[in-house]
Amino acid sequence: MNYKKDFPTIKDGLIYLDSGASSLKPLQVTEAIKDYYTEYGVNINRGVYSLSYLATAKYEEARQTIADFINAEFEEVIFTRGASSALNLVASSYGMDNINEGDEIIVSELEHHSSVMPWQHVAKVKKAKLVYLPLNKEGRITVENFKSVLTAKTKIVALTYVSNVMGYITPLEEIIKLAHQTGAVVSVDAAQAVPHKAVDCKTLDCDFLSFSGHKMCGPTGIGVLYGKKELLNSMPPIEFGGDMNDNVELYEATFKDSPYRFETGTMPIASVFGLQEAVLYLKSIGMEKILKHEYKLRSYAVEQLQQIAGVTIYNPNAETGIIAFNIDGVHPHDAASSFDENKVCLRAGHHCAQLVTKWLNVPATLRATFYLYNDLEDVDKFIDAVKKTVKFFKEFGS
Amino acid sequence: MSNLENLYRQVIMDHYKNPRNKGLVENEEYVKFRVKNPSCGDDITIQTKVVNGLVEDVRHIGSGCSICCSSASVMSETLIGKTTTESLKIIENYYNMVKGNDYDKKLDIGDAVVYSGVSKFPARVKCASIAWQAMEECLKDGKN
Repeated sequence: MNYKKDFPTIKDGLIYLDSGASSLKPLQVTEAIKDYYTEYGVNINRGVYSLSYLATAKYEEARQTIADFINAEFEEVIFTRGASSALNLVASSYGMDNINEGDEIIVSELEHHSSVMPWQHVAKVKKAKLVYLPLNKEGRITVENFKSVLTAKTKIVALTYVSNVMGYITPLEEIIKLAHQTGAVVSVDAAQAVPHKAVDCKTLDCDFLSFSGHKMCGPTGIGVLYGKKELLNSMPPIEFGGDMNDNVELYEATFKDSPYRFETGTMPIASVFGLQEAVLYLKSIGMEKILKHEYKLRSYAVEQLQQIAGVTIYNPNAETGIIAFNIDGVHPHDAASSFDENKVCLRAGHHCAQLVTKWLNVPATLRATFYLYNDLEDVDKFIDAVKKTVKFFKEFGS
Repeated sequence: MSNLENLYRQVIMDHYKNPRNKGLVENEEYVKFRVKNPSCGDDITIQTKVVNGLVEDVRHIGSGCSICCSSASVMSETLIGKTTTESLKIIENYYNMVKGNDYDKKLDIGDAVVYSGVSKFPARVKCASIAWQAMEECLKDGKN
């Protein structure tokens, strides 16, 4: 796979291993964004003139492209500011409307802050109970452990599809089946899944699924909430105003059905055009091929990292392109500056997932993530940078 | 010397491993301030005792990377014995130095000068600054 040519950011020997935070954007996507501003530039859903009609048609065509990509219906795709907004929408609307005192909400320590914090809030306000599914020794969510916390009181299951630190794929199909048997609703944080693997909402049978555009070669400021049609149409809007309304009287108003009831105000139209292009770009390569490629790179990297004395890998057996590690005795931020000096971009810190950092019992970790534009040569340079970093701090006796 | 070697000078690693003035004291004459960087976990608390406009003591405690922890130690050594006015001037000068702005090279800032290498790593300016920010807050608080 050689897609580097599509990503103008990759130049001057840059090794980009932080796609888990945000992926780079291919020319096809930036062209689509520019296309909106130079060829359209007008609002959607409002103008009676043909240019506005054309812009609206393209916006809705993008929605269909994305619905097809995750095997959903057109009305089940809501555009949001990102995965965080989408996850918050579920909690603020469905959660606040359906959770009552004594109800239980299952989450895990693998969750990104955006997946767990909205439910902390709902639980506090509604006097419901936040229940942490115990992770297994390796730090994984397992079906067995899920069963141990699922009760008749469980109303919500909010879990990550792929952990943004550990890179494990959650066995969601079985978990969702079990959750539905007790009547619980499942909200999936798929921010690290949709960019890297095929996601099929119908097969999964999830009730909600959230993801961001900027992690999947798309623009920033755009994301998607997938929700089952009947659920979405039963939920109260969380923002009120232009375009989401149906009939407006002095003291009452009615709302449109999904997706429009959740899209008030002028949406980031250019970003929607860009996201459509990102989806077409990923589809042209093939999601299975992308996952396989990332796995090949991570396996090659892990194999070599394991031979370097003084490196601890926290997820040697993960099935996606994420490696969480540390250089023994070196704070991740100190290590990151050494990587920076070697033109290797990776993440250092707690990756907006303090709970798993605490679970690992470390102050922070380094995280390298591989994506479709990385190659074996990038891995070699990364390993070389790891060796240099180990050597540098050894000499300084840190 | 590479940028990285310039960033991690021997002095910095020495203060990281053998911090001076570490640990807080139970004393009401001290003013305390804590600064955290939630995005990376750096967390520093500074405690200082100012008598008649003179910084008599600076204590620190916290956790974080070597740049962050060592700078608390270096800062304490730099500012003990200075007046509040001198300290605030040094703090301002230090911020300018780590950010790569123009700064007064003639002003004596002691070992703190080794942090000039930080300016080549803009992402680390915050690490090098939080102990000094906490001290600045203590001094401003002490004035009121």
